[in-house]
Amino acid sequence: MSSILVPERGWFRAPAGHEKIWIGLALSWCLVLTVMMPYWHFRGKQNSRGEAYAVVPTEFAARVDRFIAANKVGESNGVPIVEPAPGGDAFVLARMWSWNPILKLRKGETYRVHLSSLDLQHGFSLQPLNMNFQVMPGYDHVLTLTPTSAGSFTIVCNEFCGIGHSNMIGHIIVE
Amino acid sequence: MSAIVQTLVDGTKKILNPGRVCATTGLSVCRTAQQFIKLNAVSAVVFLLIGGVAALLLALTRWQTVHLLNAEWFYRIVTLHGLNMLIFWILFMEVAILYFCCTTPLNSKLFSKKVAWVSFGMMLTGALMVDYIILQGQADVMMTSYLPLLAHPLFYLGIILVAVGTLIGVFNFFATLYIAKRDKTYEGSVPLVTFGATAAAIIAVVTLLHGAIVMIPTFTYSMGWTPQPDPMWYRLIWWGLGHQSQQVNVCAMVSVWYFLASVTTGARPLNEAVCRTAFVLYVLFINLASAHHLLVDPGIGATWKIWNTSYAMYLAVLASMIHGFTVPASVEVAMREKGYVRGLFGWLTSAPWGNPGFSGFFLSLVIFGFGGGITGVTLGTQQINIIAHNTLRIPGHFHVTVVGGTTLSFMALAFYVIPLIFEKDFIWRKAARLQPYLFGIGIVMLAVGMSFAGSMGVPRRSWDIDVAGVYGPAAHLMLGFVGVGGIIAFVGLLLFVLLCVGTLFFGKSTKGRAMTDWGVAKAPAGVAVTRLEEHDLSATKGTFAMVLIFLACFAVYYFANWKALADVWPVR
Repeated sequence: MSSILVPERGWFRAPAGHEKIWIGLALSWCLVLTVMMPYWHFRGKQNSRGEAYAVVPTEFAARVDRFIAANKVGESNGVPIVEPAPGGDAFVLARMWSWNPILKLRKGETYRVHLSSLDLQHGFSLQPLNMNFQVMPGYDHVLTLTPTSAGSFTIVCNEFCGIGHSNMIGHIIVE
Repeated sequence: MSAIVQTLVDGTKKILNPGRVCATTGLSVCRTAQQFIKLNAVSAVVFLLIGGVAALLLALTRWQTVHLLNAEWFYRIVTLHGLNMLIFWILFMEVAILYFCCTTPLNSKLFSKKVAWVSFGMMLTGALMVDYIILQGQADVMMTSYLPLLAHPLFYLGIILVAVGTLIGVFNFFATLYIAKRDKTYEGSVPLVTFGATAAAIIAVVTLLHGAIVMIPTFTYSMGWTPQPDPMWYRLIWWGLGHQSQQVNVCAMVSVWYFLASVTTGARPLNEAVCRTAFVLYVLFINLASAHHLLVDPGIGATWKIWNTSYAMYLAVLASMIHGFTVPASVEVAMREKGYVRGLFGWLTSAPWGNPGFSGFFLSLVIFGFGGGITGVTLGTQQINIIAHNTLRIPGHFHVTVVGGTTLSFMALAFYVIPLIFEKDFIWRKAARLQPYLFGIGIVMLAVGMSFAGSMGVPRRSWDIDVAGVYGPAAHLMLGFVGVGGIIAFVGLLLFVLLCVGTLFFGKSTKGRAMTDWGVAKAPAGVAVTRLEEHDLSATKGTFAMVLIFLACFAVYYFANWKALADVWPVR
């Protein structure tokens, strides 16, 4: 009997020996893998719930402009630096090939950061932490984010968005 | 005897299989199937070469010190590489495998030559259209072509043609299963490789239907006939094509493992019921894998993400872990039966490592399990994906599943397909024996480089990482690994293509005689072969030790990633 020949009659039988033990072990491991995700959802601090609202891209851009006008505290190379109220909403617009504005956050405070795109899909990749989220046109993606370390952080686009993709760099400052 | 003759009730004789009898195996080979196995396999190797040249250019560009291509050509070549490797090379090869699995093991002829021509013609036309339009610079959209990115309509039309052509080939497979059953060309159940191929074919149908659902409205949109489909809807359905097609590869690859284990060591499945149940688990649960790409997307809730990314409680992962045991265990039993009983791993060290059919498949098994399986489950864990999505960790994962796993196993298969189906003995046999090692080592090095660079946050599909100014010497070193590993793997790939093409032109014909043996496992002179049974614990203790090591590696990697996740900012 080989895998290219028709099996002998009566091939349907229960596993035995090490094979049976391994199936038991593998199934138990699968249960551990299964339980870890709901466990982390309730007890862990890092989750992606996908909270999002439908939005027209130009309307989202208008919200970002209003947010900048109300909270602007400075400018860096022509990009506004904006400090939202702790516990409040912050907005970042992704477009080919920039992130606007630069957010200035306080360590230990929680913010609702709204991400959306004016044109193509983009990838919000916060470095050097290496936290990654998808940014979609038409979707206001809300991250409830609590910076726990201070410093200057860089947003790298990690979803291909055309020729200037690798130049699409943004910043978040945490004090 | 050159055909299968069936005596009908009225005494007349009917020729069922207008084929030849293989002088090596004694099995019948349908000539029509043989013709299309050849056509599909040759096309597959051509696309492998195109994708391979693209791979070399990409590796030399991501190696930041070399940085070969400019941005425009880099993105163009990423698109070309993805489609030729992941879609064309693999689909053509899989159609060839399906045609083999439904004819020779079942002693049947292929259902229809015309249908096979239509399938092949559509696939080839579609693939050439796609490659042409990419090289024209009209489709710099990556393999995924995420809306609102838009390519030339011919790009979508080409993919639709390839998908429908493949579906027609799959139909030919199912129709052959039907006529074989009807004409009673075999008795009892189908052989295991045919069962595995059937599982692959079922998943392929579901996969290609997703492809049609997403590509047709995108094509009509690109023509300006219909409004733009929603980009989130596109991602959801596209990955029903994109990820599931990789599960077709897993099924086909596992069937190839079983096939080569039997051919090179005389292994037989320990327990057919277990092996087949594992294939059924793939069919039932693997279609949920689309979720793996949407874990940090907006608009999709945690419940949906958790349930789907777990493949319904990891039952498809269970299937792979079962095959990961049963395949090496069947080799171990076959070797121990031949008298290689020394210690835990005497059977493994005595295995025919100089036979590229064996070394290729066994390396594929190890690379897929330890590399691809462990990283895949971990990266596809809902929350851990936050520290992995769209970084180089993702290609780091799939280069050890679909390349180190599937492609390497298909290469190993070619060392038997060419002598048995093309009836040519390989040239340069010493080089052929080295090829699986060269390719395997190159791919592992490339994938290790990608995975570690990705852990340091280096994005995938990015032409340049220095503008960001956040990646240090360690990340650059890892990209150097990608470059060097890429070169080694490319040399292995080129050697494979040269071996195949050279053999087709200059190989000695094997017509009417057995192929020259690569060196299969045989009992030493004077040793009587005994039969060992599954319940005999001493017969499988080496494999059991191997899978325990595997489980330990898995647990360490998995929980290390939870720890890494716990260190980043809290986010909901």
